[in-house]
Amino acid sequence: MEKILEVRNLSKVFGKGCPNCFEKTGPELNTNICPDCKSVVAAHDLSLDLYKGEILGIMGESGSGKSTVVKNLFFDQDPTSGHAIFYDDDKQYDLFSLNAAQKRHLRNHHFGMVYQNPHLGLNFGISSGGNIAERLLMNDLRNYKEIRERARELLERTEVLTERMDELPKNFSGGMQQRVQIAKALAINPPMLYLDEVTTGLDLSVQAKILDLILEIQQEMNTAMIVVTHDLGVVRLLAGRTIVMKYGRIIESGLTDQILEDPQHAYTQRLVASAL
Amino acid sequence: MTAMRKANAAYPFGFLDEYAKKEVRRTVLKAIAIPGYQVPYSSREMPMGRGFGTGGLQLTLSIIGEDDTLKVIDQGSDDSVNAVNLRSFIEMTCDGIDTTDITDKANLIQSRHRIPEKPLREDQIIVLQVPYPDPLVVVEPSEDKRKIMHGEADYSRLLVKLYEDIVKFDEITISHRYPTCINGHYVIDPSPIPRWDVPKLHQSKALVLLGAGREKKIYAVPPYTDAEPLAFDDMPFRVESFNDENGQRRCCDRCGDDTSFLDEFDGQGGEKVYQCSDSDWCREQSIAKGA
Amino acid sequence: MTAEPILSVEGFSKHFELHEQAKTIPSSSNVNFDVYAGKLTALIGPTGAGKSSVLKGIYRTYLPSSGRITYHAANGTSLNLALADEHQILELRSREIGFVTQFLHALPRQSTEDVVAQPLYQRGVSREQGRQKAREVLANLNIPERLWGVPPATFSGGEKQRVNLARGLIAKPRLLLLDEPTASLDPTTTDRVVEMIQAMKAEGTAMLAIFHHPDLVERLADNVVTLTPPVALNNKEVTS
Repeated sequence: MEKILEVRNLSKVFGKGCPNCFEKTGPELNTNICPDCKSVVAAHDLSLDLYKGEILGIMGESGSGKSTVVKNLFFDQDPTSGHAIFYDDDKQYDLFSLNAAQKRHLRNHHFGMVYQNPHLGLNFGISSGGNIAERLLMNDLRNYKEIRERARELLERTEVLTERMDELPKNFSGGMQQRVQIAKALAINPPMLYLDEVTTGLDLSVQAKILDLILEIQQEMNTAMIVVTHDLGVVRLLAGRTIVMKYGRIIESGLTDQILEDPQHAYTQRLVASAL
Repeated sequence: MTAMRKANAAYPFGFLDEYAKKEVRRTVLKAIAIPGYQVPYSSREMPMGRGFGTGGLQLTLSIIGEDDTLKVIDQGSDDSVNAVNLRSFIEMTCDGIDTTDITDKANLIQSRHRIPEKPLREDQIIVLQVPYPDPLVVVEPSEDKRKIMHGEADYSRLLVKLYEDIVKFDEITISHRYPTCINGHYVIDPSPIPRWDVPKLHQSKALVLLGAGREKKIYAVPPYTDAEPLAFDDMPFRVESFNDENGQRRCCDRCGDDTSFLDEFDGQGGEKVYQCSDSDWCREQSIAKGA
Repeated sequence: MTAEPILSVEGFSKHFELHEQAKTIPSSSNVNFDVYAGKLTALIGPTGAGKSSVLKGIYRTYLPSSGRITYHAANGTSLNLALADEHQILELRSREIGFVTQFLHALPRQSTEDVVAQPLYQRGVSREQGRQKAREVLANLNIPERLWGVPPATFSGGEKQRVNLARGLIAKPRLLLLDEPTASLDPTTTDRVVEMIQAMKAEGTAMLAIFHHPDLVERLADNVVTLTPPVALNNKEVTS
C-alpha cells in the first residue's frame, strides 16, 4: 500500500495565541478556549497517515476540531503550525509551504471537497452541469462536447437526472444538491477526497443512498477519503480507520470496528455507549 | 473657436499638468511591460462626466505631442457628437497638433466601440475608451478575489459563462467586450468593440492602449502580441456574420464594399439598409470605386 | 503436525477497562493454540469463556490485552497481529483473513449480491465478475434467486446468516474466522454449509471456528481448544 497523505503535528489556533494556549486547553481541561488569551485551539498536534484508496473517519462532537483538519488540508484555512505531505506518484508536495498558485493547482487537479452546506461547494448562480464544467475547465479541459459528456456521465453516476443538468442547483432537494456536489468534486477523478459532514441534515433514506454512493466510488476509483462526521453510523459504514477528536486533540485512533466495539478511552466509551 | 482657444490659453499643453501626464505615461509603460494587466492609476477629474471617455482622453492627452496627427472616432464615425466634442477639446488644449478623419494619416487614434477597418501600422497608436476594464466582474464581485484570479490566470469561471451561453443558446452570444487572453496570461475586456474587431488585436502592428477613467485602470496590447478570444476547442470564436438569408454577404449601401463591419438602418420604406460602420473606410472605398 | 501453523496464539488475554464504571472485565486469559492450513480448529467452552473475544482479538476488532498472535502471511513473512500496524491489519483483512460474524452489517440499500461480492470489490474485482461469483455462492447456500437483487435488511435470521456466510466464503481467505456461522440454520442448509466448509478446507483454507452445536464440532473440527471463563484477572486457565 502506498501512502498518499502524511500529517504531522498540525495545530490551528484562532486568535492571537499565547504560550499557554496548548497547556491550558484540551480534553482533560474540558475546553478549547485558552483562559489566558481567549484564543480558540481548534486543533493541536494532530498527526495522521492516509494510504491510497483508504477511507479515514474523523469523529467528534461540534467544536472538537474535526472539520479543521480537512479545512487546512484543502487550504480553506491556514494552519498555525505543522506539516502535511501529499504524495502523488513520484512527486510529493509539502502542503503548508506551497504558494497560492500551487495550492490552487492541487485543489483543481488532485483534491476534491464535499461540504455539509452545498452553498460552499456549488455555485448556485450556474447550472448543475455548469458547476461540473467549472471543475473540468479548471483542469484544462477545453472541449465543449467532452465537457457536456463528462458532466452527464458524472451526474448519471451520482444519480442526478441528467435531464436536469441545465437547471440551477437551487431547484434541487438537499440530497440532490449533495449529489451534484459529489459529482463536481469527482469530476477530475481526484485521488484525494475530503467529505465534511456530507450527510448531516439529510433524511435517513437519502443519507443511506449518499453513503452507498461514496463507498461505490471509493471502490471504483480507489479514491482516498477523509470523512468528517459526528455520526458513528457513518464511520461504521465507510471508514476502515477512525480518529476520535475532542477539544482539538486526537483522543483515540484505530480500526473503526475496534473503536466501536473496544474503545479504549473513557470519552470514546461514553460516545459509543450513548449512540448504540 | 479661436475665442475659446484664447479663453483656455491658461491651461498647459494637454490640459493635464505635467505630473499627471507623467504618471499616465509611467502607467502606460508598465501596461506595455505586462501585456493585458490592468495597471491602476489616479485617474484625474476631467471637464466632462466620467463614462464619456475620460480614460481614453487622459491617455491621448498624456502621450500626444505637437507633431502628432490625431483621429477621434466613435462607433466608427468621426462625426458623431462624442467624437466631435473630444476632438475639439483636444484641439483646444493641445496647441499645434493636427487632426484628421483619415485613418492612414493619423498616428494617434482615439476610439470608442471600433477599431478602424484599415489595418493599423507600427507607427500608429490606438487608444480605446473602456467603461468596464475587468472581464471577471461578471463572475466575481470582490475586486480582491478578482486580482488573485488574474494573478493565477484562473479564468475557468469565465469559461463557465461561455459554457452556459452555449447550453442556453447553442452559441456564444457575447457581442461586445469579448474576453480575450493577452500573451497567454491576462484576460482583458477589450472595451465595447464588436467581435469583428477582436482579431485585429492579435499580433497588431500598432500599440493598443486601453483606458478606463471611472475605474482608474490602464492596460495595453503591445505590438505583435498574441490576443486570443476565449473559446472551446470545438466551439471556436467567430466574428459576426453579415450574410443574408441566402448566405450572400451583404454589402454597404453606399460604397458597395462587402468586407467591412456593417451597421443596420431602417430605410425610407422600412426596409433594412446596411452601411459601413467605419466612415473613413467607406469614403475610401467609394473613392476607389469612383476612380 | 508436520506443517507449520498459519496462526499461533500464545498467552492471549483480553480484558475490558470500563472507565466510566471504573471496572475491569476479564474476557479471555492465557489462551494458546495453533491453526493450520486445510484444518479447522474449533473453540469450545461455556458462555462467557471468551471464545468470541479470541476471534475478535485475532481480527483486531478487540485490542488484545496481552499475548502474541503470530500470523504467517502468504508472502512468507510473519507478524504479530496483536501489535501489527492498522494498515497491515486492513491489508490482511482484504486479502487473507476473513471473518464471518453472527450479525450482518451491510449498507442499507445494497443488493444481496453486492453485499456478498463486497470483499471482491475491495480487491478490485469488477461489479460484473463480482456479482457473477456472488450468485454462485448464494445458489450454493440455498438463497432463493428472487432475493439476490434486494437488500438483505428484511431477510429472516437464517437468510441473513447465509448472506453473511456467503460474504465470508466468497473471497476464499487463507484464514477464516467463523463465529457460530450456522446458529439459526435449518438442517438442510447446515449440511450445505458443512459441505462448503469442507470444500474450503480441502482447498487449504485454515479455519478457526465457534460452533453452536457439538455435532458440528465433531463433523468439522480437526483440533479442539477448550476455553473456560476467566475467574478474575491474572488467573490463568485453559487450553488444548
